[in-house]
Amino acid sequence: MIPHFPALRLGKAYESLDKTELTPLHSEEPIAQISQVNSGIIRRDYRKIGEAAAALEQFTTDQLIEISANAGRIFMNETLPVGDNGATQTPEEYISTLSSTTGLPYSLCRFNLQKIEHVITNLSTILKGLTRGLPTKIFDEHIIQVDGIDVCYFPAADSVGTVLPSNAPAVNSLWAPAIAMKVPVILKPGREDPWTPFRLIQAYITAGAPAEAFGFYPTDHEGSDTILNTCSRGIVFGGDDTVSKYASNPNISCHGTGRSKVLIGEDMVEKWPELIDAIVTSISANSGRSCICASTVITPRYGDEIAQVLAEKLAEIQPLSPEDENARLSGFANPAMAEWIDSKVEEGLSEGGARDFSAPLRGGTPRKTEQFGQNFLHPTIVRCENIEHPLARTEFLFPYAGVVEMSQDEMLKNIGPSLVISAITENRDWIGQLLRSKNIDRLNTGIMPTCHVQWEQPHEGNLFEFLYHRRAIQRAIGN
Amino acid sequence: MNTLEQSVQDAKQVLDNHVREIIHWHFSTETGCQFWLDWAAKQDWNPSEEVQSFEDLDARFPDFQDEYLRDLQPEVWRPKGEPYNTRPFSIFETGGTTGMPKQRIGWDDYKIDYSAFSETLNDAHFPRDHYWLMIGPTGPRRLRLAIEHLANVRGCSCYFVDLDPRWVKRLIKNKQFDQAKAYMEHVIDQAHTILKNRKVSALFTTPKLLEALADRASLVDMGIKGVFCGGTTMDPQYTRFIVEEICENEVGFVPTYGNTLMGLARHKPLSPEDNYSITYYAPQPRAVLRVIDDKTDAPVDYETWGRVQLTTLTKEFFMPKFKERDEAIRRRPIEGSPWDGVAEVRPFGAMEKKIVEGVY
Repeated sequence: MIPHFPALRLGKAYESLDKTELTPLHSEEPIAQISQVNSGIIRRDYRKIGEAAAALEQFTTDQLIEISANAGRIFMNETLPVGDNGATQTPEEYISTLSSTTGLPYSLCRFNLQKIEHVITNLSTILKGLTRGLPTKIFDEHIIQVDGIDVCYFPAADSVGTVLPSNAPAVNSLWAPAIAMKVPVILKPGREDPWTPFRLIQAYITAGAPAEAFGFYPTDHEGSDTILNTCSRGIVFGGDDTVSKYASNPNISCHGTGRSKVLIGEDMVEKWPELIDAIVTSISANSGRSCICASTVITPRYGDEIAQVLAEKLAEIQPLSPEDENARLSGFANPAMAEWIDSKVEEGLSEGGARDFSAPLRGGTPRKTEQFGQNFLHPTIVRCENIEHPLARTEFLFPYAGVVEMSQDEMLKNIGPSLVISAITENRDWIGQLLRSKNIDRLNTGIMPTCHVQWEQPHEGNLFEFLYHRRAIQRAIGN
Repeated sequence: MNTLEQSVQDAKQVLDNHVREIIHWHFSTETGCQFWLDWAAKQDWNPSEEVQSFEDLDARFPDFQDEYLRDLQPEVWRPKGEPYNTRPFSIFETGGTTGMPKQRIGWDDYKIDYSAFSETLNDAHFPRDHYWLMIGPTGPRRLRLAIEHLANVRGCSCYFVDLDPRWVKRLIKNKQFDQAKAYMEHVIDQAHTILKNRKVSALFTTPKLLEALADRASLVDMGIKGVFCGGTTMDPQYTRFIVEEICENEVGFVPTYGNTLMGLARHKPLSPEDNYSITYYAPQPRAVLRVIDDKTDAPVDYETWGRVQLTTLTKEFFMPKFKERDEAIRRRPIEGSPWDGVAEVRPFGAMEKKIVEGVY
């Protein structure tokens, strides 16, 4: 019997009459059934969200941090239920099934798994970063004294609804800290990855977290919309369409395309060969799928040389069998997506003003290939004549970057919104200008890949500030 | 031959007799309407003589084109026979969003259909001598009169809250979702006000509006005992949701399938083995529903999806072989309705394309 994922209606398993089947990329044989629920069910359950919050209130945040750390260990190492019909998964089975439906090679699945584990086992540090060092009892007592001043925070959210993607298991680490902040989570799993959120919930419950704090609702677009608009706070991942749909709602945090970039300063450009490894990592980590991967490289000089060497280095990343521990390139769960991306790159190239430095290195092999039963896009470096070219600042879901030459003085005016900027420079004046830029969410300075993460430095919004608000409080003496 | 098989044969005989009677009526120069008489004059065969059964009708008539109902003046459909030749007719409109809507004329068909339907309702869920509330399209729809008639037949009076589905469809098509939501809230506000201030035991509405109403307050707490619902797709899971959560396993739930051209198909009361899959049975012999292959027009196998085909056979209106914009699963005859049923009705091509259903 294949596993059946029920909906978890505030912890309680619910088997729907409407089930979808999940099939691996290389087969038509389903490997899981997923109960689908309609938006009305989500709205009705939301009426009881107070009970979920009350269940978390039974714990101190320190206890929840401890539970979370245990959950991390369990998630990483133990056999856990997968679905509600008695099926279980070892960590290795989890990785192989995740790989089979998402196209991520085992090595990247493991990398994502480690990221999740790192976050949930280090929540003390994470919460310190999010709260700027406030003691954890702020979540228990809501008022503390800092340097003799009363500081009061209250939960502005009764729940956080999260619509998850299929292609990035590690983003599950974004909702996890909410549990320690005593905010219930309502999750809509990605179509190809019900495995990760379900396993994480099971790890939490096994570690002692109250089951009713977790909602797991496989649903359609209307249901996703309901989750985001009904929960008092929402997190959504998606492209520009998704972002524009929810951008005007301050209660919904949109994680869209990152358009992260590497900027090379005038002071460092002569040492460009020493920077290549960091840039390659920026472009290719996690198969180029993260929003913190670089999609543009801007340099004052040596554009052709840098593009050529990047293309050569990235050409070493070849499609391999998912089981191959050296695999660094993900297949596409949806072949139409690979086709669409390939056509967009070709469309950009046909406009002129851009050269594909990777194509000659493939020796006639097309960018999109079908190997090992999967569709792959080979890493691609496009040298663009100017930043306005459609391929210069576009983010694609594979190791891709546009390389542009531009004087350092012009860079800040032209980067546009960028989730991460890795500014390779030691120029204090320029760093000062970068620090003042409104277009940069996270700034890395020096030789550091865009995808380097220090968890005490939250990027893409601060979950604590999203879920909690500061309240002014004045107390009479002795009160 | 068991009882059901005998009932199926008897029902077929009744249908064939009815087909002969209706064909004779519509293709007789004394009683027929201008449209069908003109049509027959252009044929090289005589329907009155050559159609002796439903099979003959199926073999000889082409698919009915509903554009006739949009393009032609309504009087072409008026039968020349008594009493229709002198009584003013009502004009009813079907769906439509923009432009000229399709129209059907009528006199008593809806009363006959809904009176018969009343016999399928139980008094516990639809108490007699009480009050109903309809939340749905009134205006030029037959539905408003039909629901009021149904309430009246049961000794009840009916409150109404109007909903303009054409406006909702336009809002959704134009992606004005906020306005569509606001309009729905406006409709529900009015319904909620009636329910707070008046005694109502039975509701007629669409599933989406029912859901929105139940989001405000429990139907049970509002005193509702029965809900009569129609209008949009209800797959088994959605039906279960309505029965278990909206109706709280307490309020009687009667789904229906119908439209201005057909009348009203009753549903087979849900039993555990149905697993919330709703099957509808046409008010045969006055209307016949079949599930056919869209390409060959032959009935599909039982438990197979196909396109819904409607034939209406009343003295007021003859409409052979009209392909509805719906698809359904073909189901076997049952006692009480010993002819084919149509199950899990949904918009035709629903699996291939996104259909705008809105709140209606």
